[in-house]
Amino acid sequence: MSKHTLSVLVENRPGVLTRVAGLFARRGFNIHSLAVGPTEHPDVSRMTVVVDVEELPLEQVTKQLNKLINVIKIVELEPPASVQRELLLVKVKADLQNRSQVMEAVGLFRAKVVDVAPDALTIEVTGNPEKLEAFLKVMDPFGIRELVQSGLVGIGRGNRSMAERELRSA
Amino acid sequence: MSGSRTANETARTPSAGQPTASGPRATGETMTGAQSLVRSLETLGVDTVFGIPGGAVLPLYDPLMDSPSVRHILVRHEQGAGHAAEGYAQATGRPGVCIATSGPGATNLVTPIADAYMDSVPMVAITGQVATPLIGTDGFQEADISGITLPITKHNYLVTDPADIPRVLAEAFHIAGTGRPGPVLVDVAKDALQANTIFHWPAKLDLPGYRPVSRPHGKQIREAARLMVTSRSPVLYVGGGVIRARAAQVLRKLVDLTGIPVVTTLTARGALPDSHPAHLGMPGMHGTVAAVTALQKSDLIVSLGARFDDRVTGKLNTFAPHAVVVHADIDPAEISKNRTADVPIVGDCKDVIIELINAVESEHVAGRKADLERWWTQVGSWRTTYPLGYSEPPAGEIAPQHVIERIGEISGPESIFVSGVGQHQMWSSQFIRHERPNAWITSGGLGTMGFGVPAAMGAKAAQPDRTVWTIDGDGCFQMTNQELATCVINNIPIKVAVINNSSLGMVRQWQTLFYEQRYSNTDLHTSVGNRIPDFVRLAEAYGCVGLRCEKPQDVDATIEKAMSIDDTPVVVDFVVHRDAMVWPMVPAGVSNDNIQIARDMTPDWDRDL
Repeated sequence: MSKHTLSVLVENRPGVLTRVAGLFARRGFNIHSLAVGPTEHPDVSRMTVVVDVEELPLEQVTKQLNKLINVIKIVELEPPASVQRELLLVKVKADLQNRSQVMEAVGLFRAKVVDVAPDALTIEVTGNPEKLEAFLKVMDPFGIRELVQSGLVGIGRGNRSMAERELRSA
Repeated sequence: MSGSRTANETARTPSAGQPTASGPRATGETMTGAQSLVRSLETLGVDTVFGIPGGAVLPLYDPLMDSPSVRHILVRHEQGAGHAAEGYAQATGRPGVCIATSGPGATNLVTPIADAYMDSVPMVAITGQVATPLIGTDGFQEADISGITLPITKHNYLVTDPADIPRVLAEAFHIAGTGRPGPVLVDVAKDALQANTIFHWPAKLDLPGYRPVSRPHGKQIREAARLMVTSRSPVLYVGGGVIRARAAQVLRKLVDLTGIPVVTTLTARGALPDSHPAHLGMPGMHGTVAAVTALQKSDLIVSLGARFDDRVTGKLNTFAPHAVVVHADIDPAEISKNRTADVPIVGDCKDVIIELINAVESEHVAGRKADLERWWTQVGSWRTTYPLGYSEPPAGEIAPQHVIERIGEISGPESIFVSGVGQHQMWSSQFIRHERPNAWITSGGLGTMGFGVPAAMGAKAAQPDRTVWTIDGDGCFQMTNQELATCVINNIPIKVAVINNSSLGMVRQWQTLFYEQRYSNTDLHTSVGNRIPDFVRLAEAYGCVGLRCEKPQDVDATIEKAMSIDDTPVVVDFVVHRDAMVWPMVPAGVSNDNIQIARDMTPDWDRDL
């Protein structure tokens, strides 16, 4: 199995997320992460789906997704030709003894402290999955109390927009 | 499967995307959502709908009563409405329409919707939903039918704003009938039906995510043509898409041009006449030896509107091991789904075949033509050595195959033949000579028992001048025969042949072959031992004519009698030999190389080759 990142332009209508998620489930594909949000076009939302599949099933799932009436366009984002980011919020045990050590790691990772309690810090980090994993490894010895992570979002490098051609003809 | 392109039909029925030049009556008029829904159906050229009213859909039934052009046929069970819509669609090529109320009415449509999805039948199902404020509260007769049908519809809608009704209906019919056809469900909240709205027919459809490809890629066509003139043992593998694309005529041209042997799948029977010399019959689990073996030993398969279903391929990784595959389908997702295609062609079957004809002609002009003489010698020997047949039953008993064969011969190819699912279905596919498209209506992909009677009703409602026979089993018939009431009351005189072996025959056959003749729960008591129910008396109770045939010598006379009655539905109880089996057979999960022509009998290939 290998991970693939699909960027999916969909019509901004109720139920579209269910249609996409349901299709993955019933065709037996495993969603690793999924993020949905608005785009530069008010009628269009964009989903970034990370799936665990081999090459051939990926082609099949892409074709099946394309058959959904509300799906406008699908592009696979290859890591070298795209920017991919996740957001992580993590609550780490930090008292007077080790707070400075934690802060040092925050600086190294260009992370941000967003909340402070007497014995804990809440830290915000963005980056690609590898960076977040590395950050969590560093935080682990301090004691992670709670963490929450967004799905991956990605965008192609260069000057082209994914929606351009599709929406003109629409 | 492939899509429907219906130049002649668009002339008759204003297609959703192209409203009539004059436009629908009274655009801009104020009316209720329900009236706007009826007006939309009229604008779309719908002439027949099947359904049952109920609480949530009551507002719709009021204006429906006054429609001058939409005939509503009141069925006895919503499943009947759904299959009737399928029968109507398959007989005409136009989307069939069914209506049900919320909750149980809607869930009773689930089976026909799934059936239409599997067989790419254009259908629009309209359901009432509880009023918007009640949605999500577990209200009386509430079911999330758009959620339930998500995986079995081409698309579906939940309408809560009455202003959306005309647009949604226009989109629904467009989506159902174009590209790879399929069912579309439109769920309308009761308050949207009741509220006032201004009727506006959409000038054009805005479906940015729906652009089915119709015209095939020229390079792939040329490559396919090159393979067709250079291969030594090619087969045209024809599926239901050819029927949906109305491509039977051009298919025949392609066959005559190339001389390539043809097999037609269960849903494609009639795409090429069975009487055509290049036709080898049906492939698959119960296909002819010639059809199954030709595919298996071919060096080239040209698949047209077929989908390499497991019932055709048998064990997939041993299917046609030496074949190069050209796969043409309007649905890109079918290509390389099961068997990897060497030459993928996305396009409407009719366009694909026309382009193939042109490309093959160019090859011929250039002096390249396939020499198929040796291949035809082989194929011909399989066909003559292993023709379809059946063993005679014990003296005095009727062979079910004989009944079906005689119905086909006596009623003739201008009739429409419908079936349920099981042994009788396979025999109907095998022993009726299918000579024209849209004349064989069956449940292929889903295998829905009970499909026969309501689907025949829908076909007969669509084509009242044709004789419509449904060949049914005693098991299937008992699942949906309540629609005989609908047929009698609405003057839809179908003919039902119940092939009565007093059991769930196909399951019993498997028990005979694979479960040591332990007949667990397959005895239906409809003729052996007792007769519950008595089908003749059941038919009479419904106001049909009921006939019974128990002796081989009476078969013809009984069919003739049924043929002579054309003003009332007729049910014939053919009491047949219960141990008859469907042959040939490739057991499930086994390679097609191991096709059996009778129990434990596999053809002797060495002798023939």
